[in-house]
Amino acid sequence: MSFGVFIKYLAVMASVTYLIRLIPMLLIKKQIRNRFIRSFLYYIPFSVLTVMTVPVVFFSTSSVISAAVAFAVAVILTVLGKKLITVAAFSCIAVFVTEMILNFLP
Amino acid sequence: MKIKNAEFSSGISAGLPICLGYISVAFVFGIYAVEAGLTPVESLLVSMFNLTSAGQFAAVPIFASLGSLSELALSQAVINLRYALMSVSLSQKFDSKISPVYRFVFAFCNTDEIFAVATSKKGFVSKSFMFGLALLPYLGWSIGTVAGAVAGNILPEQVISALGCAIYAMFIAIVLPEAKSDVSVRFCVLISVILSCIIYFMPVVSDMSEGMRIIIVSVTVSLICALVFPVRDVADTDCAEVELK
Repeated sequence: MSFGVFIKYLAVMASVTYLIRLIPMLLIKKQIRNRFIRSFLYYIPFSVLTVMTVPVVFFSTSSVISAAVAFAVAVILTVLGKKLITVAAFSCIAVFVTEMILNFLP
Repeated sequence: MKIKNAEFSSGISAGLPICLGYISVAFVFGIYAVEAGLTPVESLLVSMFNLTSAGQFAAVPIFASLGSLSELALSQAVINLRYALMSVSLSQKFDSKISPVYRFVFAFCNTDEIFAVATSKKGFVSKSFMFGLALLPYLGWSIGTVAGAVAGNILPEQVISALGCAIYAMFIAIVLPEAKSDVSVRFCVLISVILSCIIYFMPVVSDMSEGMRIIIVSVTVSLICALVFPVRDVADTDCAEVELK
């Protein structure tokens, strides 16, 4: 594919992915007062975060076991009140260590 | 434009785990794009102008096979439809002091992860926080793509695997404390888990793309929660805010 053709494809793709995010944001500038819509929007992020996490978290590393360990570490550290970064870092380390151990097992 | 340092750094630290996760996904995308026939520069441009993982993975075969532009546009519209919904929700979080001009910037950076971190924050978000939040993930997404495209074998597989869970650990750290303290969020999380697993594992519907799964589950669950546990009226929250001041 020539670079000129590539740019044409890129332009179409980028316009769609940008406009779909931009238009709603430009249309809705005021605070929404309707209680039902506000309730709906309040729950959206929690639901989105949950759907993105479960069940795919268990397939996010090279083995379900290391992912499950990372999941447990994240839950425990969060319950203990650790910061976001700490939770993320220790989960990564847990995956790394678990996979090292798994490699040594027969 | 004034950037408040404290807000900016709090955004940066919230963005770091997102960045780590993005590096690992973008790395894989870089490898994938080059294998399909894109050059490293082209792969980088796709990442820098789109910021949509599922969308980009779907677009590469269309680019490579010179598929129709309408097919490209339609598939991107469907895969990224959820961002329209997220933009509505994010628009409600902006501090009234944020000039409308910045909406052009923040709309561009509205990814699942950035959206989720910004909207699950208490109260409004400032533009300094938003800039801090978006910066590292954007860099991670771009740099990860180039790294994967140029040197797919540069990072050992174990490191990519380990980085892959950073994003999810962060999601858990955001949602769990809210779920612990608020029964309505707990209910929301629980039915989201159930519905998400059903769609993910059940035959036939499990063919659904991740983007569609996110839309269907989040809309259904949020409608149910809005009916069962409506939030307090605006008047109430206004009073509460006044009291806090």
